[in-house]
Amino acid sequence: MSVPPLLQVKGLKKHFPIRGGLLRRVVDHVHAVDGVSFELAAGETLGVVGESGCGKSTTGRCVLRLIEPTAGEVLFEGRDVGAMGPQELRGLARDMQIIFQDPFASLNPRMTVAAIVGEGLVIHKLADGPRAIEERVVQLLETVGLSSDHMRRYPHEFSGGQRQRIGIARALAVNPKLVVCDEAVSALDVSIQAQVINLLEDLREQFNLTYIFIAHDLSVVEHISHRVAVMYLGRIVEVAPSRDLYTSPRHPYTEALLSAVPIPDPTVARKRIVLEGDVPSPIHPPKGCHFHPRCPRAQAQCKTDAPVLRELAPGHVAACHFPN
Amino acid sequence: MALLEIQGLKTHFKTEDGWLHAVDGVDIAIDRGETVGIVGESGCGKSVTAKTVLKLIDMPPGKIVAGKVLWKGRDLVPLPPEAMQKIRAKEISIIFQEPMTSLNPVYRVGEQIAESLRLHEGLSRKDALDRAVEMLKLVRIPTPERRVNDYPHQFSGGMRQRVMIAIALACKPQLVIADEPTTALDVTIQAQILDLLGRLKDEMGMAVMLITHAMGVVAEVAQRVVVMYAGKVVEEAPVRELFAHPRHPYTQGLIHSIPRIDLDARHKVRLEAIPGTVPKLIDPPEGCRFAARCKHVRTECRQATPPLREVASGHRVACILDLPT
Repeated sequence: MSVPPLLQVKGLKKHFPIRGGLLRRVVDHVHAVDGVSFELAAGETLGVVGESGCGKSTTGRCVLRLIEPTAGEVLFEGRDVGAMGPQELRGLARDMQIIFQDPFASLNPRMTVAAIVGEGLVIHKLADGPRAIEERVVQLLETVGLSSDHMRRYPHEFSGGQRQRIGIARALAVNPKLVVCDEAVSALDVSIQAQVINLLEDLREQFNLTYIFIAHDLSVVEHISHRVAVMYLGRIVEVAPSRDLYTSPRHPYTEALLSAVPIPDPTVARKRIVLEGDVPSPIHPPKGCHFHPRCPRAQAQCKTDAPVLRELAPGHVAACHFPN
Repeated sequence: MALLEIQGLKTHFKTEDGWLHAVDGVDIAIDRGETVGIVGESGCGKSVTAKTVLKLIDMPPGKIVAGKVLWKGRDLVPLPPEAMQKIRAKEISIIFQEPMTSLNPVYRVGEQIAESLRLHEGLSRKDALDRAVEMLKLVRIPTPERRVNDYPHQFSGGMRQRVMIAIALACKPQLVIADEPTTALDVTIQAQILDLLGRLKDEMGMAVMLITHAMGVVAEVAQRVVVMYAGKVVEEAPVRELFAHPRHPYTQGLIHSIPRIDLDARHKVRLEAIPGTVPKLIDPPEGCRFAARCKHVRTECRQATPPLREVASGHRVACILDLPT
């Protein structure tokens, strides 16, 4: 039998309860993630795109078990993450790390850079004594393009791009196998964003990292990912190798999403598919295909039967009754 | 005569550490019916420039240190607040980035649209509300007769931005300043809003000053582009010319640092990041402000601020070098 993939996610669901009334009883649920399955091989980068509220960040967090999934399985190197006890989970934290979007909110303002980056080393006992920790911290800072002079400073003394580098150094400290980048470059200006994207690509090569790259910016995701999953209202609607997805999208939502991306070239004339209306509420998602109320190709069947992901070309799956 | 002509504008802010030179000598002209994109990264002064035009800057700490804002030939800088009020919304209006915070949560959207109509056009409450319904219809809000009585929290982000556009266009201004109008929105909603703005512009013939950090948005919407960096204009050109022949190293860097989904793998190279970060705007350095990050920098660059010079028709650049494009 071949080696299992690094990560397998099967039927993942996360429903957040909505409480109301005098007794704060559960009156309803937000169906943030509603049955998501995918696999990830070691060394691969899977991009996850979708608009606000599609469940991409919640999916990332469930994989790391930062939040408890409602249903479904997450297998890391064949081990069931959901069944792990506190001890095992701590070990898992060495293998899986996360880089957050907001470089201003995700670093403790009262800790020095050395303490932030070194914390994981201390917790997981990865370095012996203060000297060794310091050496490793300096090495990590240099890896991400900062210098040892920065060690004694506090987060507020850094720009957004530099803070994101600190967040990356912190994630790398424990030699993780999988890093979830949750909108890791979204808050940065383009010239700085390019620096951080290049850094993430270099680190992937250098340390053989596997990324789940979650972002709403399709151009960035396409640039960095080997494969891309498109999410809409809690479900994956299409997964394909990056280039295939962009050249021949099969799902009408993917097609509309791609056509909406502005191209920085005024000579490129494109036909834009403008979707009507807004994304429906994830509290009562539409029956059948979640996309049917906005879909230009919707038919009767779409209103009743939820389409499942099926393979339309090698490695290219889409959940649509009437794909391109 | 240009509709709006900003000349040598300097808007500075007093801070604990000294004067911050947010806008430091900016010249921008906008003609009637023209869409001009102002691009640049955080802190380049694009929003402060726009807000100075309408004098929406808190003074203090802000101060217009020098320059003129000529609106149809008349300088707005020395105008008293009452006179500015007559121009705001009526002649020049603004759409802000945050549709969540720029609407008043305790008033119905209809009343917020009607407010400027009653003030500037002297309409009665009833007439103004009727016009509000028409405006909501114009920005394509379904069932406007009903929605006019809703509060902002009952609208989604994209719908709120439509309401903002309805407010901005209610008095048929000649210039609309759109300050990052789609930045907070998802890409499909951004497409809807840009589409709507473009169509309304064609119907009503107003000029648009579009402030954005997104080169893609500028490429699709603007006729002419002004690139700002650290409080100054570094380049200005018609949109096709700018993207085909960018002359300033900063503009070149900006264009090359964006990942492109429309290019196939053969053209896919490593992104060309611009090293370093923007300079501090308190006591900014002498000479070109981009010098510290520029790969073509020479000694002369650090000695004097390069003036904008014309390199092709309508194409001006503030760089002393003649870089290949």
